[in-house]
Amino acid sequence: MLNRALALSATALLLGGCELRQAMYDQPKYEAYEASDTFDNGLSARQPVEGTIARGQLRLDSHLYEGKVNGELATTLPLELTEDLLKRGQQRYDIFCSPCHDRTGTGNGMIVKRGLKQPPSFHVMRLREAPIGYFFDVITNGFGAMYSYSSRVPIKDRWAIAAYVRALQFSQNAEFDKLPAEDRRQLP
Amino acid sequence: MPQIFGRSFNWFANVSIVGGIAGASLLLGILLNINRLDYVSHVGMPKDQPVPFSHKHHVAGMGIDCRYCHTTVEESAFAGIPPTETCMSCHSLIWTEAPMLEPVRASFRDEMPLQWTRIHDLPDFVYFKHDIHIAQGIGCQTCHGNVDAMPLMWKAQTLNMEWCLECHRAPQDFIRPREEVFNMNWVPPANQSAAGMELVKKYGVQTSQLTDCSVCHL
Ligand code: HEC
Ligand code: HEC
Ligand code: HEC
Ligand code: HEC
Ligand code: HEC
Ligand code: HEC
Repeated sequence: MLNRALALSATALLLGGCELRQAMYDQPKYEAYEASDTFDNGLSARQPVEGTIARGQLRLDSHLYEGKVNGELATTLPLELTEDLLKRGQQRYDIFCSPCHDRTGTGNGMIVKRGLKQPPSFHVMRLREAPIGYFFDVITNGFGAMYSYSSRVPIKDRWAIAAYVRALQFSQNAEFDKLPAEDRRQLP
Repeated sequence: MPQIFGRSFNWFANVSIVGGIAGASLLLGILLNINRLDYVSHVGMPKDQPVPFSHKHHVAGMGIDCRYCHTTVEESAFAGIPPTETCMSCHSLIWTEAPMLEPVRASFRDEMPLQWTRIHDLPDFVYFKHDIHIAQGIGCQTCHGNVDAMPLMWKAQTLNMEWCLECHRAPQDFIRPREEVFNMNWVPPANQSAAGMELVKKYGVQTSQLTDCSVCHL
């Protein structure tokens, strides 16, 4: 009888232990993106109330945040142009733009080869003459069939990409005389 | 009253003591090691998803960078799972009629998030961060395996504590140059330990406290 009782309570302890263990594994807190049944759309992450501004997120500088100066598309970078900025721009361009626009900007990316609508080449006159703020604007707001990348590309990275697109445009239309001597020697 | 167990039964008592202990240890051994079985930790087992999303097609086939979809992997603890909008940036223009993609279109139309089945999920008392591992030169491949060959996602490593510690004790055996973190085809050099030691120094990896309980359990 005693043995039976002991055995029973041991099993109960084991089972109880497992349950406690499970409760520690899955605690009553939300991890990133965990579903919630409190809200209609099932998201545990809530959006800020419309019109509210978090500390440090007041965006008064329209040149930096909207790519516009006095309501016109900006013709200059709001950041200092450095080699690091261009390198960052190249990296971000390769991640976010090259699938469609390809690495040189001719608009023949991998996804286009699979049948996506072909975007215009960055090397056509119209886009070569477009102010740099235009590229910032297209990344921010999208253009025609192209979606906005604002949720994925932060402000400074958008300018870095815009600067890099400019660099790509120069690279495809470089004048022979302006090349460094070393590069000139490599050309036939 | 006659004895039920005669002298000749003494062997039975001995065997049952030894056997009992052996049996109990065996059971304990099984219980303690059961987590190590791939079957229990789900290693190599794909799970059903609402849409049969293929990393193989999107990563190896089309060369899309991990960060196009897992945007926050470099700067936060959470790698990020792409919102439906990310899929639609291509699928509003390509494969727009495919029945396979109907849940994606429905999610976009109705503004209801897709509910992916989690593959990797550490217990809530473990605090893992992606950013530091990426910044210090640990490749996605080291922990997630060859994602670019997975038609459906599966777990390549057990993710148990022993596994984390194996690297935290000797990161030089696994570290790679930062430029190679996203590369799925990187092969360690023959002198990995020595080359790794260089990188550990260069990147200033803090090895002295990496095995402290508080690093992972806060
Ligand atoms: C999923 C494919 C895709 C990706 C990724 C993409 N684009 Fe586009 N882009 C397009 C398409 C398609 C068009 C043409 C849109 C149209 O004419 O309706 C376009 C057009 C443009 C234009 C030309 C607008 C004009 O005046 O003709 C610019 C500039 C541009 N994209 C920049 C970018 C930049 C910068 C990125 C990276 C942040 C990027 N795109 C990423 C598909 C893409
Ligand atoms: C086109 C978008 C896209 C790209 C590019 C992409 N992923 Fe994913 N990834 C997803 C989606 C969607 C999921 C969730 C569905 C699933 O698990 O398959 C996911 C899931 C994962 C998971 C499992 C998450 C879990 O449930 O635990 C890992 C690990 C992962 N991706 C790693 C990578 C790596 C590494 C790369 C780059 C080599 C990459 N992904 C590129 C979209 C993408
Ligand atoms: C950068 C563009 C791009 C993005 C972003 C993208 N896809 Fe695709 N996807 C494609 C292309 C192109 C194909 C056609 C594949 C082919 O031709 O082999 C495809 C095919 C598919 C297929 C068909 C089966 C297969 O794998 O070939 C599914 C399912 C799919 N995608 C799901 C998704 C989901 C879910 C997302 C969002 C997490 C997503 N895709 C994001 C470009 C994209
Ligand atoms: C040191 C090992 C390690 C490295 C390196 C690593 N991951 Fe992870 N990853 C994990 C672990 C552990 C989890 C589970 C996290 C959890 O459950 O809290 C995870 C989860 C994920 C998830 C699911 C979402 C999340 O954050 O929980 C995605 C997506 C992912 N990883 C993508 C990536 C990509 C892309 C890379 C490379 C840039 C990468 N991981 C590098 C260990 C790693
Ligand atoms: C392949 C190697 C590797 C694996 C596997 C690995 N780590 Fe790490 N981990 C590192 C390195 C390298 C660092 C960076 C140390 C530094 O420089 O501070 C790190 C740092 C960390 C930190 C941050 C420490 C701090 O100072 O903030 C945490 C937390 C962590 N790891 C948790 C985990 C967990 C949990 C796992 C298992 C799920 C894991 N790691 C698996 C290599 C690894
Ligand atoms: C590198 C990260 C890391 C460090 C350091 C670490 N742990 Fe863990 N620990 C983990 C992970 C990951 C798990 C979850 C394993 C699993 O999923 O079963 C875990 C699980 C545990 C568990 C629960 C085991 C179970 O079966 O439920 C205990 C207890 C624990 N750790 C204690 C410790 C103690 C004590 C230390 C310090 C000596 C320590 N850990 C240091 C990563 C770590």
